Amino acid sequence: MSEYIIDAIKTGVVETLEMTAFSSILAYIVGLPLGILLYATAKGRVLANRPVNFLLGLVVNVSRSLPFLILLVLIIPFTRLVTGTSIGTTASIVPLTVGAIPIVARMVESSLSEVSPGIIEAAASMGASPIYIIIHFVLPEATPSLFLGAAINVATILGYSAMAGVIGGGGLGALALQYGYYRYQEDVLWTTVTILILMVMFIQAGGNLISKKSRK
Amino acid sequence: MAEVFTLSHVSKTYKNDGKEFEALKDISLDIKEGEIFGVIGMSGAGKSTLVRTLNRLEEVSAGSVSFYGQDLAALKPAEIRKVRRQIAMIFQSFNLVGQRSVISNVMQPLRIAGVPHGKRKEKALGMLRVVGLEEKKNEFPSRLSGGQRQRVAIARALAADPRVLLCDEATSALDPKITGEILELLKEINRKTKLTIIIITHEMSVVERICDRVAIIDNGNLAEVGEVNEIFRNPKSEAARKLVFPSNPFDPTSSDSRLIRIVFDGLAASKPFIAELVEKTGRKVNILSANTKSVGGIGYGQMVLELPENKEDQEIIVNFFREGGLSIQEISTVTETSAGDHKRLNNDSEKGETQ
Ligand SMILES: Nc1ncnc2c1ncn2[C@@H]1O[C@H](COP(=O)(O)OP(=O)(O)O)[C@@H](O)[C@H]1O
Ligand SMILES: [Mg+2]
Repeated sequence: MSEYIIDAIKTGVVETLEMTAFSSILAYIVGLPLGILLYATAKGRVLANRPVNFLLGLVVNVSRSLPFLILLVLIIPFTRLVTGTSIGTTASIVPLTVGAIPIVARMVESSLSEVSPGIIEAAASMGASPIYIIIHFVLPEATPSLFLGAAINVATILGYSAMAGVIGGGGLGALALQYGYYRYQEDVLWTTVTILILMVMFIQAGGNLISKKSRK
Repeated sequence: MAEVFTLSHVSKTYKNDGKEFEALKDISLDIKEGEIFGVIGMSGAGKSTLVRTLNRLEEVSAGSVSFYGQDLAALKPAEIRKVRRQIAMIFQSFNLVGQRSVISNVMQPLRIAGVPHGKRKEKALGMLRVVGLEEKKNEFPSRLSGGQRQRVAIARALAADPRVLLCDEATSALDPKITGEILELLKEINRKTKLTIIIITHEMSVVERICDRVAIIDNGNLAEVGEVNEIFRNPKSEAARKLVFPSNPFDPTSSDSRLIRIVFDGLAASKPFIAELVEKTGRKVNILSANTKSVGGIGYGQMVLELPENKEDQEIIVNFFREGGLSIQEISTVTETSAGDHKRLNNDSEKGETQ
């Protein structure tokens, strides 16, 4: 491989990491509260509210069932509005974040739902308010599961980032397509694919470790 | 003495997908300050539902529950939360926050009550000392035994100085030895602080051990309520009989004989009244079961006797015991229900729920 390509791969790695990191953070900033709301407003939960839960659930389900590739295209006008452009790493962060929010929300909801109803009952019997119960009982108890979910989510976002790169450019995905598919440079294709696989494995292992460490 | 709780005609109907289930039916009772009050019944009888109406974790469908004269149903959410701080609760499954240390678990109700941080720690440590687990303060619940976890739960429940402690099957997940220790601890706390304690259980032995009074819940109904001693000596309802009668007497020798249970307290126990029976009346009985136990701190003996088939003989024997001041109950005559059935019923009442 030429030095030029090696440099391109290095840039691709950095871009992929950037896209994944920023999108993950942004997706959690919105998805975590959304997941908490989905959990808390469900039937029998501390803030049970049927209309709110139904509406949130609908939005999350619809956006989650939209294939990511379609979302990438549909969202281009919005991306332009936000970032002023529809290509490049920064532009890719928009569809990635939007696509990841419902995934994060569902994962968070599922982690919180694992918390034993007995703990919530104990909290309620102490006179804790619904918000207090969520912050001081449900969230701490769900922490290991939240970390585990986060590892899966970040790995998913990384995979999506490769797709986003194909449309908007940037990252290892774009590189793989450009060299490996259009120019038949199989060595570049396989190198980028291997790096992507390693990154996913690394994220998963890291998440597992953090989850395990946090489990008391 | 002041009434802590007054339940008046409390009913609870669960509605699920159009189906209705009446879990509590017209229950009225008082719980007095400073007493250890038992609620006993088989699995599914409605005990947990009943205890959860006391802190309004469960709304009643009819009737009212008042706490120190205040109708719980009238309280707004913020007000009921304030009242709940005075009504602590412990559970069969402990319900500690596994991701938090022991001390942090115990500090939780103090934080909810708005106690400043420094004081919280001091108070929580004091509570851990009361339950004998001060040295475990930085452990996590997963590293503790069941008995230790329940002690932490007790420390947590009592940290913010509640006026009542509700215990829903608090010892049902523990072995007999640990159960005894936990009950001792509760009894000691009751004695020292006059804390009112309400104990939900399906085990008569728990009630006999520490309760002053007991309510027997059968199928959502209040079958009987009264002093534990009195109910042990003289159970009136069928549900109470099932609970206090010995669980596995020998089978009677004849299918026509009549079975009675006699109860005598510690004083009478020293009298050889079976021998006297033979001596004075010339009638004999067959002892199917005999044991002694301590009920509310008083020693009692009970026997299940098989009387001879002759009706006259039976009357003479029963009168002899009555005159001797023993309480007597009929156990279903063998012709009504077979001896096998009788045994099975009693065994059921001892097992009850375990979850
Ligand atoms: N949320 C509920 N919905 C419908 N039925 C319930 C509910 N909770 C309890 N029950 C029913 O009410 C009855 C009494 O339950 P419970 O009070 O838990 O009994 P216990 O504690 O005496 O075992 C049971 O038959 C149970 O199935
Ligand atoms: Mg129960």
